[in-house]
Amino acid sequence: MTTLLEIEDVSLLYGRIKALHGISLTVDEGEIVALIGANGAGKSTTMRAVSGIRPIASGKIRFNGEDITKLRADLRVRRGLCQAPEGRGIFPGMTVLENLDMGAYTRRDRAGVAKDLTRVLELFPRLAERRKQVGGTLSGGEQQMLAVGRALMSRPRLLLLDEPSMGLAPMLIQQIFSIITEINEQGTTILLVEQNAQQALARAHRAYVLETGRIVKSGTGRELLHDPAVKEAYLGVV
Amino acid sequence: MTSVREWIASGRHAVSDRWHDAPRWMRWSVIAAVIVFFYALPNREFYQWLGPIPTTGSNFGQVLFTVSIYVLLAVGLNIVVGFAGLLDLGYFGFFAVGAYTVAVLTSPSSDLKTLWPWLLALPVALGLTMISGVMLGTPTLRLRGDYLAIVTLGFAEMIRVAATASDFLKGQRGFNQIPHPPGTHADGTPVFGVLDPRPYYWLVLTLIILVVIGVRNLNRSRVGRAWISIREDEDAAQLMGVPTFKFKLWAFASGAFIGGLAGALFAGKQNFVSSQNLELLNSIIILSAVILGGSGNIVGAIVGGGLVAYLIERFRGIEVLGIELYEYRFMFFGLVLVVMMIFRPQGLIPNRRRAAELKDRRKEVMVGG
Ligand SMILES: Nc1ncnc2c1ncn2[C@@H]1O[C@H](COP(=O)(O)OP(=O)(O)OP(=O)(O)O)[C@@H](O)[C@H]1O
Ligand SMILES: [Mg+2]
Repeated sequence: MTTLLEIEDVSLLYGRIKALHGISLTVDEGEIVALIGANGAGKSTTMRAVSGIRPIASGKIRFNGEDITKLRADLRVRRGLCQAPEGRGIFPGMTVLENLDMGAYTRRDRAGVAKDLTRVLELFPRLAERRKQVGGTLSGGEQQMLAVGRALMSRPRLLLLDEPSMGLAPMLIQQIFSIITEINEQGTTILLVEQNAQQALARAHRAYVLETGRIVKSGTGRELLHDPAVKEAYLGVV
Repeated sequence: MTSVREWIASGRHAVSDRWHDAPRWMRWSVIAAVIVFFYALPNREFYQWLGPIPTTGSNFGQVLFTVSIYVLLAVGLNIVVGFAGLLDLGYFGFFAVGAYTVAVLTSPSSDLKTLWPWLLALPVALGLTMISGVMLGTPTLRLRGDYLAIVTLGFAEMIRVAATASDFLKGQRGFNQIPHPPGTHADGTPVFGVLDPRPYYWLVLTLIILVVIGVRNLNRSRVGRAWISIREDEDAAQLMGVPTFKFKLWAFASGAFIGGLAGALFAGKQNFVSSQNLELLNSIIILSAVILGGSGNIVGAIVGGGLVAYLIERFRGIEVLGIELYEYRFMFFGLVLVVMMIFRPQGLIPNRRRAAELKDRRKEVMVGG
């Protein structure tokens, strides 16, 4: 299996605060890799470093064999790397369809875009019902779905999902995780950040545990799911 | 109070729905009628027949010219502020670059003594304004937040100070005998003379129409979509693959271009340019016009620019209880702005999206996220 994403000894600063202390991780083609950790551990920060909206202080990021450490964020999207940002990252004044259309901004193949739009609306029937509604007036959960759907519209090779289940009702959480598995089975590699460690570990092929900007553990999803320390810290089992 | 507001809002919605549902030919004929109206407006027989619209204290044709320049500026600034969401506090600086470039190249008072005709100086003026826009934008547009507002403010002030203090730019003495745009009537008299302001107004009006057509097409293309996405959420735009810096620079430079055009037209009409034309207030007035009219909406910018410039002139020569109203024009202006921001922050003719964004932002403030 080929390595799609490779992060090597990456550090990142917010002003003088160091949020990442030299983390390294890899994502192979076809995998779901989960990143779990407490609030403020640096999960979103890691995503920002990969998608490129935050410059890193040191280290290397390789995508599909190419060094993208210094590449601008919008050019990384053209390489096939797309992030659904944490929380309210949708365009509030655009309708659902316009938001999805923005997801396909870098694409020129009209037929392919139309096909993907159908697919996304099938994955999220709720969005199909509200296609003319303005993004800002969607409920929190609907916005979340829109953010995921919009990222899918760029037909990424690697999809970065930052807490896609945040603020969703339990039933919808199940649903979004099924969708993640489905997308993955259709061929998209996924790097997933989740508070919902139980679900994330159950679905992921491999996972990393992040603690105050350092990777402290890694293994297959199943291994971590049964790791006593992980159980105690992140799964709420004593 | 609320019921009155709702009543007004529903009335406006009814009008805008009617407008959007109306057949194409009907919309076009309304637009054509509006255009004909504004071409006819400076003719004495026509405006006297209209009654109270014309200004009493000054030449109405001259007032219309001033108003049209403000409208052009508002349309230009709307690209920067309304479409791309960049706060430019020194937009009038580009007007100054346009006007001064023409002055320096054409006026006999200039040290260069090039004495170019107006039309030859025009493209140079437009090019220079655009370059100054790019030079100003390149370092600042990479940064987020309030830097741009501060830098643009500084830029306009810098130009004003340079114009006031430098020998080359002649300070308050200014440049005189700037030539008019070319063209002669069949009988050999020039089209653009000293006495009749109407031809200048018609020229600006024509350019406004052309600029509006251009801007509208641009705004409906991929460029426009990119601008809107940047305005709504710059990070998200970049995460969708929009080269945000490039498009911000484009918006900034296009705005600068139109500002320079307005400046060059002003110089060609006025014959005289000096540092007294460069008040900081002008930048503020244009920005207020865009916000008042409805930032992000071309029609809103036109209405805002027209209304603000016209009302300021309208106060001239009116006395109430022995007080010259014109002296207090900016106080009224400020008052109207404050009232607007309280009751109608999205402007008179808002952009549908812009209204949703404002609501979204208010919600964000409320939940603190
Ligand atoms: N823009 C910023 N400026 C300064 N510090 C920041 C900024 N963004 C994040 N941080 C800090 O960096 C650390 C890591 O934040 P990050 O958002 O990556 O956490 P997270 O793991 O995603 O947490 P959560 O699970 O709550 O989303 C935190 O201590 C946070 O306060
Ligand atoms: Mg986070």
